[in-house]
Amino acid sequence: MPTLHPSTKGKPLRRQLNLQQQRVRAAYVFLLPMLIMLLLVAAWPLFRSISFSFTDATAETLFNGQSQWVGFDNYLERRLRSNGEVRWRGVLVDADWWNAVWNTIRFSVVSVSLEAFFGLLVALVLNMEFKGRGLVRAAILIPWAIPTVVSARMWGWMLNDQFGVINYMMMGVGLIDKPIAWTASSDTAMLAVLIVDVWKTTPFMALLILAGLQMIPRDMYEAAKLDGIHPVKVFFRVTLPMIKPALMVAVIFRALDALRIFDLIYLLTPQSDATVTMSVLSYREIQQFGDYGEGSAMSTLLFVIITLFVLLYIKLGRVNLTGATR
Amino acid sequence: MAHIQLKSLSKSFGALEVIKGIDLEIKKGEFMVFVGPSGCGKSTLLRLISGLEQISSGQLLFDGEEVNNLVPSKRGIAMVFQSYALYPHMTVYENMAFGMKLAQTTKAEMDTRVRSAAELLQIDHLLERLPKQLSGGQRQRVAIGRAIVRDPRVFLFDEPLSNLDAALRVQTRLEIAKLHHDMTDVTMVYVTHDQVEAMTLADRICVLRNGEVEQVGTPAELYENPNSLFVAGFIGSPKMNFLTDRFAEDFDCTTLGIRPEHINITTAADAVWQGKVIHAEDLGSDHFLFIEIGSSEPLIVRQNGKLLGSIGDALSLRPIPEHLHRFGANDRPLG
Repeated sequence: MPTLHPSTKGKPLRRQLNLQQQRVRAAYVFLLPMLIMLLLVAAWPLFRSISFSFTDATAETLFNGQSQWVGFDNYLERRLRSNGEVRWRGVLVDADWWNAVWNTIRFSVVSVSLEAFFGLLVALVLNMEFKGRGLVRAAILIPWAIPTVVSARMWGWMLNDQFGVINYMMMGVGLIDKPIAWTASSDTAMLAVLIVDVWKTTPFMALLILAGLQMIPRDMYEAAKLDGIHPVKVFFRVTLPMIKPALMVAVIFRALDALRIFDLIYLLTPQSDATVTMSVLSYREIQQFGDYGEGSAMSTLLFVIITLFVLLYIKLGRVNLTGATR
Repeated sequence: MAHIQLKSLSKSFGALEVIKGIDLEIKKGEFMVFVGPSGCGKSTLLRLISGLEQISSGQLLFDGEEVNNLVPSKRGIAMVFQSYALYPHMTVYENMAFGMKLAQTTKAEMDTRVRSAAELLQIDHLLERLPKQLSGGQRQRVAIGRAIVRDPRVFLFDEPLSNLDAALRVQTRLEIAKLHHDMTDVTMVYVTHDQVEAMTLADRICVLRNGEVEQVGTPAELYENPNSLFVAGFIGSPKMNFLTDRFAEDFDCTTLGIRPEHINITTAADAVWQGKVIHAEDLGSDHFLFIEIGSSEPLIVRQNGKLLGSIGDALSLRPIPEHLHRFGANDRPLG
């Protein structure tokens, strides 16, 4: 009887992968370097951070292996004092921590909302056809391109209570009658941080939204124009629904950034209780007090809060992150 | 409903003049097709009529009234786009009703109009679907339905069949023709690069070339009496045979045109041309023979019925004298 596959005759059976299996195997080979990198730079540090949060590690005991496993004590610990009084301690009952959580969420919600609003305005302008559009598109990115250290220092000077140009200008036009200590005063510190952050990241938001705007075919607007639909209605009924996917993704990126904000706050308003965020507090715990255990517990909680926030957002906004067409 | 007049209409984009002074009249209720190769300005001309592009110079009149500076929505036009331009997040019903909401129509009236247009186009069962859930042909019908509900006086079509496959194209073409018969008082202007669409749909065809009108006439006029080599070559499929040099000199012209169906196979004694079959295409109902007679391109001969001969056969050919088209050196027909 003639054999149907003369070329495979006599070869070991395990080599006979079908096309689908070969593709899957090739895919794994290509994915392997990235998976290894992710394990090294993301999974391992995360695992270490989480495991430290269950120990009493300090700067001294961190590497010599003398730190003790303390369970959930860093998060919440019940202590019975000699006089029979029960005391609770740990991150979860720390007023400073909850202040930082509240600051972070307030900062994130306000800054991302403002950035989405202004980013949308900028994107709509940049989507128009005018002379020098390319130049303006490049120029708008400048705040985003400046390193945070530089822009924080720059704004720090501009907002300075004695020499700052902002106080000078506002007094010049009579908006205020005496200089404001923008970054130092607890009333205005958050406002100062918000101003700088919105200034810095609106361009990023604008570009992401612009990419969404450019996906809308011109025909859509022309059809609306022929129907004589008011531009405002076109914006709310056509433009906004069609850029919603891009807008949602842009907001998620920015929200992730905002929830773990550190550099701007650390540089612009150091030591201010009005602006301290979860990241700053965790850094302070580890670097200044050397308490790796409690600092790691804060980091872990920050990770959990961000995860919950993003999951909630994806669920509520029905964001499509798979890239499949709707 | 509208009588459209174009008076030395022109359009420039910067220094580039794409429409070069066009004079044209489109009668009330007429189906006018703009046809021409890509880049001839046919779509731009349509956009000038719609008001989506600003006219550079000249006059555009609707029923004798200048509309040059009238915004598109006030012109009483509806347009069907090549890409359909349906709003992806709205249902079919919403897509069709969206344009009307502002036009001071009551909800009940709007509903009636949407439903009757949907019925006319047989998409009434799709009203609650989203465009992505429809086939290409269904989407095109929604786009047409959206235009119908506006109750326009001028209907504009911009290559509406280009994105459909061959079978759907024939079917939708039929539906557009039917629409024209049902809406006798609506003027329709249709842009296409496909001469078959032009021939089958048009009351009159306007052939455009490089931003100028080459010829305007009924499909039969263009087919029988093309007034230039360009029109002769553009209208008809397979295209007209063009013979030059000694073949043309025999008939006292620069270029001799003869359509494939106007050449008979004859006996050697009657032969005007003789040659060998180098290629044959059998379409079942008729067939095309490609015959090498010594001209620059093989002569195409159309014969009824099934292919009988085979490649390599020597044939004697004779054109039907009254169907010869003689063109002079300026590419215009000779009297």
